[in-house]
Amino acid sequence: MKFLTLQNLRRIYSVFFFVLFLFLVAITDFRNMKGYEVSLFLELDPLVAFASFLTSWTVYKGLALSLIVILITLIFGRVFCSWICPMGILNQWVSHLFNKRRPVDDYRVNAYRPLFRMKYYILTILLVLAVFGSLQIGLLDPIALITRSFAVSTFPALHYAGGQFYIKQPVFYGGTFLALIFIIILFANRFLSRFWCRVLCPLGALLGIVSSGSIMRIRRDVEKCTDCQKCLRYCHGGCDPHLELRTAECHGCMNCIEDCPEDAIHYGTARKHSSIHAPVDVNRRRVIETAVAGLIFFPMMRSVVNAKTAPKYDVIRPPGSIDENDFLRRCIKCGECMRVCPTNVIQPALLEGGFEALWTPILMNTIGYCEYNCVLCGQVCPTGAIEPLSVEKKVGKAPYGKPVMIGTAFYDRGRCLPWAMNTECIVCEEVCPTSPKAIWFQTAEIKMRDGTTKLLKLPHVDPNLCVGCGICENKCPVHDRAAVRVTSIGEARSRINQMILAR
Amino acid sequence: MPSKHDNKEPLLDRRQFLIKAGTTCGIAAGVGIWGYAFYSDNPVRRSSEKILTFKNYRVPDSATFPSLVIVRGMDIEKMVTASLDKLGGISRFIGPGDRVLIKPNVGWDRQPEQAANTNPELVGAVVGLCRDARASEVWVTDVSINNPYRCFVRSGIENAVRKSGGTVKYTTESDFVLTDLRGQALKVWPVSRFYHEVDKVINMPVVKHHSLSKCTISMKNWYGVLGGQRNRLHQDINTSIADLASAIRPTLTIVDATRVLVRNGPTGGNISDVSPENTVIAGLDEIALDAYSLNFLDLKVEDVPFLTIGEKRGIGVTDWNSLNYVELNV
Repeated sequence: MKFLTLQNLRRIYSVFFFVLFLFLVAITDFRNMKGYEVSLFLELDPLVAFASFLTSWTVYKGLALSLIVILITLIFGRVFCSWICPMGILNQWVSHLFNKRRPVDDYRVNAYRPLFRMKYYILTILLVLAVFGSLQIGLLDPIALITRSFAVSTFPALHYAGGQFYIKQPVFYGGTFLALIFIIILFANRFLSRFWCRVLCPLGALLGIVSSGSIMRIRRDVEKCTDCQKCLRYCHGGCDPHLELRTAECHGCMNCIEDCPEDAIHYGTARKHSSIHAPVDVNRRRVIETAVAGLIFFPMMRSVVNAKTAPKYDVIRPPGSIDENDFLRRCIKCGECMRVCPTNVIQPALLEGGFEALWTPILMNTIGYCEYNCVLCGQVCPTGAIEPLSVEKKVGKAPYGKPVMIGTAFYDRGRCLPWAMNTECIVCEEVCPTSPKAIWFQTAEIKMRDGTTKLLKLPHVDPNLCVGCGICENKCPVHDRAAVRVTSIGEARSRINQMILAR
Repeated sequence: MPSKHDNKEPLLDRRQFLIKAGTTCGIAAGVGIWGYAFYSDNPVRRSSEKILTFKNYRVPDSATFPSLVIVRGMDIEKMVTASLDKLGGISRFIGPGDRVLIKPNVGWDRQPEQAANTNPELVGAVVGLCRDARASEVWVTDVSINNPYRCFVRSGIENAVRKSGGTVKYTTESDFVLTDLRGQALKVWPVSRFYHEVDKVINMPVVKHHSLSKCTISMKNWYGVLGGQRNRLHQDINTSIADLASAIRPTLTIVDATRVLVRNGPTGGNISDVSPENTVIAGLDEIALDAYSLNFLDLKVEDVPFLTIGEKRGIGVTDWNSLNYVELNV
């Protein structure tokens, strides 16, 4: 038995990269992040780089790393899927766990099916939307999906079950929905191994196309081959190694090499009796149909009410976020900001900002508040939807002068204890982090019901000082629906969502 | 023509009948007993949680030593050592094997220069002294208002404590136990469980301005033991502070007036809000310590009602001049 086979090498790589992925998500917090490139996997993702390039004509910082993956794919084929991709590796392991089939059924399950074309059509529609400026790849990009699932449901669930990842149990808006999607994707492997990778994954489709000219690939010697089809037994991609191999489907798992009793399969350049390879199996007419569907869908998706059409009071974006139009061109809904936020205030939006903004980060001050001196969300954002800020820039120290405002606080005088109930309070003033405080108070003599008088401190907001951090809303004792609430108006990123003339 | 649906049930013999009947009766009896045993008028079963009270952490008063020491200087370590020497040495308060809890003010995600939290050097020095007095463990804890990890790291306190051989105890959601404060406004509240697991408690507040209570020094520092909806305490802040200070009587109180936040408290945020006073005040009487520290904030005892409420309850005296006190410069 040889140990150093390509198959074993792939196994070592997959364990390494999956553990690396878990490690990077696990250390994405204030105490452990230090200088690590925690968004590494998202930056390696060519689909993120390419689609966000289509929407905004830039390859942002770390996304240049995805060139490495493109280069690897051009030379070695679609090996990313079984060697590096945490989503692919996890799906493979889950498929293996679910596998209770007889060997004869394995051959059937691992053969190519026309259903596998679906991923190319998914890719087409996502890229057509991207060309018109709507970045929706985050919904189905495997790295964004697995990062989001781990940040929003898996790690909080592990903490709930007794792990010590957080100081307080994190909770996420609509987190069950995200958890269920992830579980369903994994469970689909019960019926068709690597269902996600073979049928749905748009990144797999993109890499499949890129790999179709690769030099290094699995080759079958037609002279040695006895058509026993044993190579199909453990095939990851469903790429028909026993026929004319479908390069675009082949993950380079190298299992067929070890399974071939005739030693007819090798990985590398073509030899004397190597079989020809099949091209990408897509129907041009179907691709055009899908593109047209995207073309029709786009204006329909845009002619709706969302946070771009008219500013929405509850779409409060993390500090450093760029203007809503550009934000939706950059945000891939990966959930890194939600993972790193120390107060749990960053939440995946449902339809607050419209369908396009599904699972993009919004701030919910009933759950947390924006920590005044914290700039972590901008540091982990892989696409620059949230630009990295320094603490000085965020709080407006010299030479910046003006803090980065994300909204403005307003009093609901019908619910505020001093205003409505003649009760002493001003917790909001105590916790207000700016200096001088944006929340100030007037001391007024109030006539009580029984005729006596009382000196009360009545709170007010100075809109020129309020940064919209929402700690006042979060700490308000009227805590089901706070008496002071932050809305998005006054946010620094928007030119139109303003109310004060002199700002 | 025999069909596959022709399988016939066998007849029961006496033994099988008795076994079946016995099993049925057994299950029926079991269900009956289950229903009887758990029958209740309450829709859910309520477990009665144990309610604790604070123990007395104090050491006996002594006539030989002063009860208030005011030290001015620049070298924080020397100032702390000098103040404790005057009070009778750390060994008067901390015995070998004691588990000591230090409660500084680590409420805010601020840096040391901004003076919103207790000076980390001071906390480190006191942790070191407790270790020298052969305390078995020195815990430092607070229930911060901002994110606790950020507060302890950025205030410099985590680092200072670790260097001096202490342990930072973060209070998580599961670290609160119900405790009866037996106060006028405060009855049963969730309190950090660490207070029930130690022998001695050292209060280490910082002197700061506060809009509602006018000042936050040693008595107000006890807000940081509470969990739950403690922002409701503002509705009767003076009684609440007096209740807390009556419920928790620390072994020793060391007030940090090295940097004093005179405006925009208790959060601060601007160096211009901070006045350097380079003073450390140590003593056993929290009310006297607070009364003395009012000088830094230009306040009088009459401005701060909780001091008078506390004095009436007999937990201290507002007239610190009447005490045996020592002032020194190092």
